[in-house]
Amino acid sequence: MYALADCNNFYASCERIFEPHLEGKPLVVLSNNDGCVIARSQESKDLGFKVGDPIFKCKDVVRKHNVIVRSSNFALYGDMSRRVMQTIRLFSPDVEVYSIDEAFIKLDGLAGRNCEKVMRQMRAAILQWTGIPVSVGIGHTKTLAKLANHYAKKHIETGGVASIPKNPDAMLQCTQVEDIWGIGRQWSKKLRNIGVNTALDLASMDKESIRRSFNIIAMKTAMELRGHTYFRLEQAPEQRKTLLRSRSFGKPVESWHELSEALASHATRASEKLRNENLVAKMLHVFFHTSLFNRTDPRNSAHATVELIPPTNVTHTIIKAALNAAKPIWKGGFRYKRAGVQLIDLSSGPVQCSLFDSPEEQAKDKRMMVLLDGVNSSMGAGTLHFAATGFTKVMQMKQLQRSPRYTTHWDELPECLCGL
Amino acid sequence: MVEELRLPLIGGRVEAGFPSPADDFIERSLDLNEQLVANPIATFFMRASGHSMDGAGIHDGDLLIVDRSITPSHGSIVIAVIDGGLTVKRLRKRGMRVSLIPEPNTLDQGAYVPIEVGEETDATIWGVVTWSIHNIQCTR
Repeated sequence: MYALADCNNFYASCERIFEPHLEGKPLVVLSNNDGCVIARSQESKDLGFKVGDPIFKCKDVVRKHNVIVRSSNFALYGDMSRRVMQTIRLFSPDVEVYSIDEAFIKLDGLAGRNCEKVMRQMRAAILQWTGIPVSVGIGHTKTLAKLANHYAKKHIETGGVASIPKNPDAMLQCTQVEDIWGIGRQWSKKLRNIGVNTALDLASMDKESIRRSFNIIAMKTAMELRGHTYFRLEQAPEQRKTLLRSRSFGKPVESWHELSEALASHATRASEKLRNENLVAKMLHVFFHTSLFNRTDPRNSAHATVELIPPTNVTHTIIKAALNAAKPIWKGGFRYKRAGVQLIDLSSGPVQCSLFDSPEEQAKDKRMMVLLDGVNSSMGAGTLHFAATGFTKVMQMKQLQRSPRYTTHWDELPECLCGL
Repeated sequence: MVEELRLPLIGGRVEAGFPSPADDFIERSLDLNEQLVANPIATFFMRASGHSMDGAGIHDGDLLIVDRSITPSHGSIVIAVIDGGLTVKRLRKRGMRVSLIPEPNTLDQGAYVPIEVGEETDATIWGVVTWSIHNIQCTR
């Protein structure tokens, strides 16, 4: 048996824990730099807010309905997520953290009825301990658990926990193809065109014909709906293949100086992440472009890819490669809105020395990186940094409405009143 | 919540010649978390503000340790949500009657009134305060 635990409106729920006055009010959380809506409370979903809505286009609704607008507070969300996941692990050792607010749980040795009882206990513990409401779906496969979870969310009478019943047809019947785990928008369209509208329709389709008209994943999904396990718990995260660091600027960037500092910062953070995961990169991709929304300014978009020989995770090598790649494609006279660095073709293999580089140089670089990471982890990120990343503040995120980092900063603790 | 424990460095470097006689007796140094935080997952820190709980040993600016996994009982000091705000009170249960009691210094009594929880006042318990850490060094 599998269960899927999914936090309800996670970011909005986090915002409410230390600010109970936000309960029942429409609330939206914005992306980095306060650009677009990335999360909504139920109340703002009901007002029609969609994920991805640029907030500047919603000004009227925000004013009319007193919508609470918050910048994203990942320090808080990350800490609350950790607490939720740790609580889940007390109920089962086999947990796949699927995203910041979702986890698959393997429930072995528990019969159907007991599964539900234990998951209700888990849900109650998470709610009491962390204040985060979660929904839990239980089924024979991950796809069914996800489907039951969807059902639990939609039907309040389930008390937030639903299992796939012995005869699952009715529950499959009331699940639309779009809401099946792993069936994207494209496939949904194609399925509807051939008269497949619900999960039950898909489950009843012929196995081979699904494979022929779609692919093996779609076929596995259909089989999982019938209760055959194809997708297992993935506990060791698959090694990443690429690593992207990008962000839109608080205000448009027009000079090479500012752009190069931004790219150097991205390169720095990407390199740190690489070292943190003991990986090296073989290729590097840089890009920068003007606003996608602004139709009056002249537009430009530039990108370049270079090879890193030998593959590396050394900050100054990666900064140099990024700037060398960006310089020839830089054009002035534009208001750039976003820039990024992507590291591609990552591997954990030992760095092979080419004929031309000296092992002494590499050993020296490595020692320097160990020192750099040590200082930055004990004294705060960015304490030691390369001058190329600059001292100006263009890279600082525009986060005007961020709530305090209640659980991770001593000087931002929630205040409780001893009054009245 | 800090979970890592700081371990003492094993000393007695070989080159020095003399092994430290304490080497065989090295123990972990004490970690305050063990004493103050019973359930790290459910424990949150807060800052007290105001004087209504001075009599209970909670002073303005004190650091409070709050455990959400403890079920509040008669006499617990709790974080209560009243009118959407977080407040500190002592919980009193008498039969069906539940009230939230301020506990100021004797001199200030009368300045604060107990809150009867019922139809008129909606209050929920956010968590149970387990420790108050008071800095006796500086005067705020």
